[in-house]
Amino acid sequence: MKVEQISVFIENKSGRLAEVSGVLGDANVNIRALSLADTSDFGILRLIVDDSEKALSVLRDKHFTVNKTEVIGVEVPDIPGGLSSILKILDNNQINVEYMYAFVERSGSNAVIIFRFDNIDQAIKVLLNNGVNILDGKKITSI
Amino acid sequence: MIWNDDFETLPREAIESLQLRRLQQTLERVYATVPFYREAFNQLGVKPKDIKRLEDLQRLPFTLKKDMRDNYPYGLFAVPLEQIVRIHASSGTTGKPTVVGYTKRDIETWTELMARSFYAAGAHQGDIIHNAYGYGLFTGGLGAHYGAERIGASVIPMSGGNTKKQLMIMQDFGSTVLTCTPSYSLFLAEVAAEEGIDIRKLKLKVGILGAEPWSEKMRQEIEAKLHIKAIDIYGLSEILGPGVGIECIEAQNGLHVWEDHFLLEIIDPDTQEVLPDGEKGELVITTITKEGIPLIRYRTRDITRLNREPCICGRTHARIERLSGRSDDMLIIRGVNVFPSQIESVLFNIKGIEPHYQLLVDREGTLDTLEVLVEVDEQTFSDEVRKLQQLSGMIQKQIKDLLGVTCKVRLVEPKTLARSEGKAQRVIDNRTKISS
Repeated sequence: MKVEQISVFIENKSGRLAEVSGVLGDANVNIRALSLADTSDFGILRLIVDDSEKALSVLRDKHFTVNKTEVIGVEVPDIPGGLSSILKILDNNQINVEYMYAFVERSGSNAVIIFRFDNIDQAIKVLLNNGVNILDGKKITSI
Repeated sequence: MIWNDDFETLPREAIESLQLRRLQQTLERVYATVPFYREAFNQLGVKPKDIKRLEDLQRLPFTLKKDMRDNYPYGLFAVPLEQIVRIHASSGTTGKPTVVGYTKRDIETWTELMARSFYAAGAHQGDIIHNAYGYGLFTGGLGAHYGAERIGASVIPMSGGNTKKQLMIMQDFGSTVLTCTPSYSLFLAEVAAEEGIDIRKLKLKVGILGAEPWSEKMRQEIEAKLHIKAIDIYGLSEILGPGVGIECIEAQNGLHVWEDHFLLEIIDPDTQEVLPDGEKGELVITTITKEGIPLIRYRTRDITRLNREPCICGRTHARIERLSGRSDDMLIIRGVNVFPSQIESVLFNIKGIEPHYQLLVDREGTLDTLEVLVEVDEQTFSDEVRKLQQLSGMIQKQIKDLLGVTCKVRLVEPKTLARSEGKAQRVIDNRTKISS
């Protein structure tokens, strides 16, 4: 149910994003979803890829600071109010979202939201109890 | 083990009477042969024969690094050039270097003191000494080399640089003692890790590290990463080179300075008054056996304190505390004195921070700015912006608490701060020079 996400520390210097994607491309790692959080000095690139282990090892080889975290992917109807209904459930149950990002499935009518929680197990329980569809990790990495 | 029992364990009174005799001889000689000193003594109305007790030393003039530059290259030599068998020069980063000349006996003294230093650090015959101090004008390489041969150890004259080859030789030759700068020892550990070499498993047992100020935290880091005892050695080319003083491996608590060759004083760098033992101030050294370039009350700019209490190792020579900085490394940020080593100790107290950092000093308008660059590694990295900002905020706060200076902390990618193969460049000061 959980999805592995890798994060990369990136200084705000020109070309660093290109280098990360270049390293992954050369290793034949495919990026499924990504989000970049940035501050004035540095950014954190979060990626979901088809082969996390390989991505970690090739990035480490190139001296990038990387780590691995668990997130979940939730399927949301791609209609107005779709996201809101899920956030309400979380709010009502006092589940704090650290951050989230979304992408739209290539086929089908749903959007996928990636959520990072402090307490992932509690969040999963709440979402399942409320009938939310949490995607299988494998399904996301192979979209 | 003690190399020279007769001299290293002399009772206090014997040291002092030997010092007085040697001081008086040195003063007679410099007064007769070095115009710079004759003039300086005359200006203060003092003659060598006026110095009847060690305390009279305070009547004599100081020698500054500037005096050496002003008398470049040979003006302070006390013997004709035909008697000089070796010339070294300091790495002057601004302007001309300072030049020192050694007579045959000076080289012999230096060799003897380095031999004592190696023994104090636990190195003996049978050891393989991997000497990664630079050979050349810098005194480090040759100074350590001669001492290593004197004790009968096998010395590998590596010099600096070419780090992968250093590691190969360390592995293949079975080096047991490493001599280099503290920052280079950490760089060796880092490159070893990249090359898949477990440096902790090598035969190295002791590192004799010096030529730049380093903190106790950095010592712990080196001892853990290389699995060695890290021994602090002190020296400066103006006085001799490496081997002016060293920690004993028994106590690792202060550096013995060889008092049968040097007179030590601690002064207040502002008022120039001599301070009592135990008080912190600038170390002032008078050489009492040197022939080539004897120096009277040389202001080292090194900040430390003196301890003449007996040491568990049996040596009776005074100890200086690990240097807390060199007064010319000292940064003045918005009127506050800041030593890079103070910031280093803050960083090393934070778990997971890499031992590499750099300080950028600049001026915006009339305000000095200090930016501390810290490498982020996998232990400290988080996918959450908030946590990284907490980390930089915590570093900023601890520096502020310790020094009273607000700095900006910038987290940078690992291995982006320049690694040094000699002395680490910790500080980049971009302020335009202002006259002091």
